[in-house]
Amino acid sequence: MDRSWILRIVLAAALALPAMSVMAAGVGLVKTSKGSVTILRNGKQLPAPVGTSIEAADTIVTGKDGSAGITFVDNSRMALGPGSRLAIDRFDFDQKTHEGRFDSTLKRGTLSAVSGKLAKHSPKAMTVRTRSTILAVRGTEFLVSTR
Amino acid sequence: MRRRIPRLLFALLVAGLLGACATSRDTIVLLPKDDGSTGAIAASRGDAEILLDTAYASARPRLLGSKLKRDTADREKLDKRFGAALSAMPPPPKSFVVYFLSGSDDFTEESKTAITSLMDELKQRPSPEVTVIGHTDKVGGDEQNDALSLQRAGRMRELLVGMGVPPGSIESAGRGSREPLVDTAEGVDEPRNRRVEVNVR
Repeated sequence: MDRSWILRIVLAAALALPAMSVMAAGVGLVKTSKGSVTILRNGKQLPAPVGTSIEAADTIVTGKDGSAGITFVDNSRMALGPGSRLAIDRFDFDQKTHEGRFDSTLKRGTLSAVSGKLAKHSPKAMTVRTRSTILAVRGTEFLVSTR
Repeated sequence: MRRRIPRLLFALLVAGLLGACATSRDTIVLLPKDDGSTGAIAASRGDAEILLDTAYASARPRLLGSKLKRDTADREKLDKRFGAALSAMPPPPKSFVVYFLSGSDDFTEESKTAITSLMDELKQRPSPEVTVIGHTDKVGGDEQNDALSLQRAGRMRELLVGMGVPPGSIESAGRGSREPLVDTAEGVDEPRNRRVEVNVR
């Protein structure tokens, strides 16, 4: 079989593709990052550009001009608007059984979220907290804001 | 001293009201899915729990006490308040299927379209993560098919690495003939089962 067409597609794509960072063994990955976006990890504040790995126990912080989007390994997705602070309190996910837990707290700002395999597997597996309220996410897309 | 007690009570009352106001700013809204259906969210505060299960149903803590108020969100206000968060949302994962010639790790000519769209999708996604799962039809033994499915996944992996996806962002596996797309009897040469499934996140 003539394989030259595959090579042509690959070369064309390779030239156009921006540099991509290697995924670390985290629970999620920053996919969009605009303005000031940082992560609080072990008392340190780290910049969080696209490609930054998110770990359980991280807090994601956006500045007044910032916004950030994250995909998690269970295919959950979360995005923060400006002036937001989201703490990942717990994240466990079994790739094979889809069992586990995803708890987070929106401490400030706006959150847009889409649940993934964890919530699909068990309606008790995913929660989002604010100062006043606890959400048990059965599915799928929702918004939360807190001041 | 006697005069101060009412003042203290007043101060405590004001502080209590302010505290209640501070928590009253929370808003929770359930959105419809892309296909128009809606899921559900249970919102609880103390002993109060309400279920949001219709599009744009919202919950807000009441000013006083520990109750939650059920409402329907104003969509214009939502766009204003959540616009930045909504537009920062990464796209949903997407799947592609690429087919192979019988007993080989060569792509079929028809798979050109799927490979082209896969490449286009990868170009649009920042920092994509890819899973590659190879499969075979039911011709041949398990051992042979396990090896062939891995070989097919490997071909796709090479292609992805060739276009700049870092090897660390690709997970690949072979499932042999155990997970057919179309269930057939043993020994059946089913083209739709000779495939690699690629998922891009």
